[in-house]
Amino acid sequence: MAQPDYEKYYVPDSSPWPIVGAVALFLIAVGAGNFVIEQTKGTSGYGGYILTAGFATLIFMLFGWFRNQIHESMSGLYSDQLGRSYRQGMAWFIFSEVMFFAAFFGALFYARMISIPWLGGSGNNAATNEVLWPAFQAMWPLVQTPGGTETEAMGWYGLPLINTVILLISSVTCHFAHVALEENKRGRLKLMLGITVLLGAIFMSLQVEEYIHAYQEMGLTLQSGVYGNTFFLLTGFHGLHVTLGAIILFIMLLRIFKGHFTPENHFAFQAGSWYWHFVDVVWVMLFFFVYIL
Amino acid sequence: MSTVTDTIHHENDLHEHHAPPSGIKRWLYTTNHKDIGTLYLWFAFIMFLTGGAMAMVIRAELFQPGLQIVEPNFFNQMTTVHGLIMVFGAVMPAFTGLANWLVPMMIGAPDMALPRMNNWSFWILPFAFLILLSSLFMEGGGPAFGWTFYAPLSTTYSGDSTALFVFSVHIMGISSIMGAINVIVTIFNMRAPGMTWMKMPLFVWTWLITAFLLIAVMPVLAGAVTMVLTDKFFGTSFFDAAGGGDPVMFQHIFWFFGHPEVYIMILPAFGIISQIVPTFARKRLFGYASMVYATASIALLSFIVWAHHMFTTGMPVFAEMFFMLATMLISVPTGVKVFNWVATMWRGSMSFEVPMLFALAFIVLFTIGGLSGLMLAITPVDFQYHDTYFVVAHFHYVLVTGAIFSIMAAVYYWLPKWTGKMFDITLAKWHFWCSLISVNVLFFPMHFVGLAGMPRRIPDYALQFADFNKWISLGGFAFGLSQFIFLALLIKACRKQGDPVSDQVWEGAEGLEWEIPSPAPYHTFETPPVIK
Repeated sequence: MAQPDYEKYYVPDSSPWPIVGAVALFLIAVGAGNFVIEQTKGTSGYGGYILTAGFATLIFMLFGWFRNQIHESMSGLYSDQLGRSYRQGMAWFIFSEVMFFAAFFGALFYARMISIPWLGGSGNNAATNEVLWPAFQAMWPLVQTPGGTETEAMGWYGLPLINTVILLISSVTCHFAHVALEENKRGRLKLMLGITVLLGAIFMSLQVEEYIHAYQEMGLTLQSGVYGNTFFLLTGFHGLHVTLGAIILFIMLLRIFKGHFTPENHFAFQAGSWYWHFVDVVWVMLFFFVYIL
Repeated sequence: MSTVTDTIHHENDLHEHHAPPSGIKRWLYTTNHKDIGTLYLWFAFIMFLTGGAMAMVIRAELFQPGLQIVEPNFFNQMTTVHGLIMVFGAVMPAFTGLANWLVPMMIGAPDMALPRMNNWSFWILPFAFLILLSSLFMEGGGPAFGWTFYAPLSTTYSGDSTALFVFSVHIMGISSIMGAINVIVTIFNMRAPGMTWMKMPLFVWTWLITAFLLIAVMPVLAGAVTMVLTDKFFGTSFFDAAGGGDPVMFQHIFWFFGHPEVYIMILPAFGIISQIVPTFARKRLFGYASMVYATASIALLSFIVWAHHMFTTGMPVFAEMFFMLATMLISVPTGVKVFNWVATMWRGSMSFEVPMLFALAFIVLFTIGGLSGLMLAITPVDFQYHDTYFVVAHFHYVLVTGAIFSIMAAVYYWLPKWTGKMFDITLAKWHFWCSLISVNVLFFPMHFVGLAGMPRRIPDYALQFADFNKWISLGGFAFGLSQFIFLALLIKACRKQGDPVSDQVWEGAEGLEWEIPSPAPYHTFETPPVIK
């Protein structure tokens, strides 16, 4: 009962790339697990090598898989319906990333609003404070932990504020790049996307500088209590995502120089730009809850 | 629910098919939803037997009071890995396998929306469990902190293998998230023309909502294991009060994942039962729309009840009240479902084929598990029941006689469609009756020892529990052995032994999957059917 206007949904033939990717993740997990054990115990082993081999396999897989897909897309095998599948898939993936960050934000809120006040004796927890650490006073940022570790709090002005501005501008340039692509203005597209990637790189280098400053001058480390924990895990995972997003956009830039993408057909670019806006929104939340408040 | 034009057959025959490649490459490289569904189901069954073997070790040790067979630390590893395997290796992959096989056929789609990612999300699973299982042989043993890996058991008092546990859970999570994205996009984007939302079979509806839950909470589990990793190996103190954290915070994060997780393991079961009961009662499902709304309500409520697992941690009284009442609220939509199944059977012309037997057992036994859950929801009562065998009885009633019985019902219901041959009915009936009797001998007395105060996750117990534990262990061994009947039946079915079946297979079965040939061709609905 074929309908005249029905375009066949492209179901790819069997592909070797997923199983290569499965081996890659296996090597990464085994390698990372052993690497962590060896690093923290100071023993020697093969963890690092397995981990490196895993990442190499993953990169190999990504190149192969995406080469296939780009080829299929450019030979016109993809229907609008398939484009919708990709877009919806990407949107749900970003939602899962939001929930990943939510776990760490949850930890931050719990520590601030519940565990630290309770340790300080608020509510009906006077005995907790009295028995465990009578000298401890609830505070945020937690510059002195109940166990006695001392640190300094990271201010929001200076580097973090500059970084916020950089990332917000990059989100705007990324949007303009998208508009330029849809209007088929390739020159403006290259310029705007180039600026976006550059701003991403500047953001990351400033972030590295902030970490060095925190470790060397402020004594704010991953070990300095729950303030340092939430600070480094939230900003660290965000930085990882910015790096990934910048790499994605950089590859899009290379593809644009090769003449890929049309105003109608540019899912990969769109997915990369969604991802970039997502890391921006996470940063705004971070800036507000980790730095300012 | 839906009627379809009668030309589907011929149309499928006219298409030229890519024959599946032969040998191991077919299974390694496949992008076909039916192949991947089969892989998921066999993997789940192998994991079910593996996790079951661990349960046999546990029951052998508990057969008598005293320590006789295994070391306590090994006993703890068995309870931990048994739980992890059954949750992430058996029940969840089995449901994903069923979704792979059935969702495209039920909505008239040519395949899953993202077929290559579908392959990837399956093939990373065996590797994840290879890592988890091999960690049992590491120095210091595998994970021994319970499947819930509470801090500080998993952070301060655990072995090196924790690192491998963390990364294997990460891979399981990636697999589930990719699988769920695939299901959700398939349902949103691949429905045949005319397959409107409220015409979708309930199995599709329940899986849609399950997929949403998976995408929402699996990343939270990833966050929880990451914090365990940094607490254990990199000196953070998320779960350590000396650094301003709190071990109870672990439980909050874990159960924010964990409670939706238990509905992830039961909502598809509700869908399966809602497919099977109307077929064998030869009536339409009673209250289709209310089933959809009830499923959605259960899913939404599942996000605000997590702390009922933590009543004894010393939360403020208002929090205990809130979580108690929210939890009890869930019994309303669940009651709607049980009522609708019973009402579907009311005055139906019932017949009792094997899938229906499992479905009926599900309705009765799952309800027992639901009622003991309601008892556990009452905060002051939970103070008595917490961490006793009563809890073990409760969740095994909902997971074994609930989730796993529904999976078995589903396999018996759709197996003839997959293979084109009727399974061995005699073996199937033996499997049903042996499982039904033994599973109740196994789990029902756990209520009694639990109420009398026997703690869970303990390799030894007080003498007064000896008689009941002997019966529990005997029931356990019998239930374990009964599954070999199922294995024999499945091997026979995969060798295509048995009588050929009609396309409809079961008199009274309705839906798109019953209108294509039996066995289902390698590719179905390459051009979508039109649903009137």
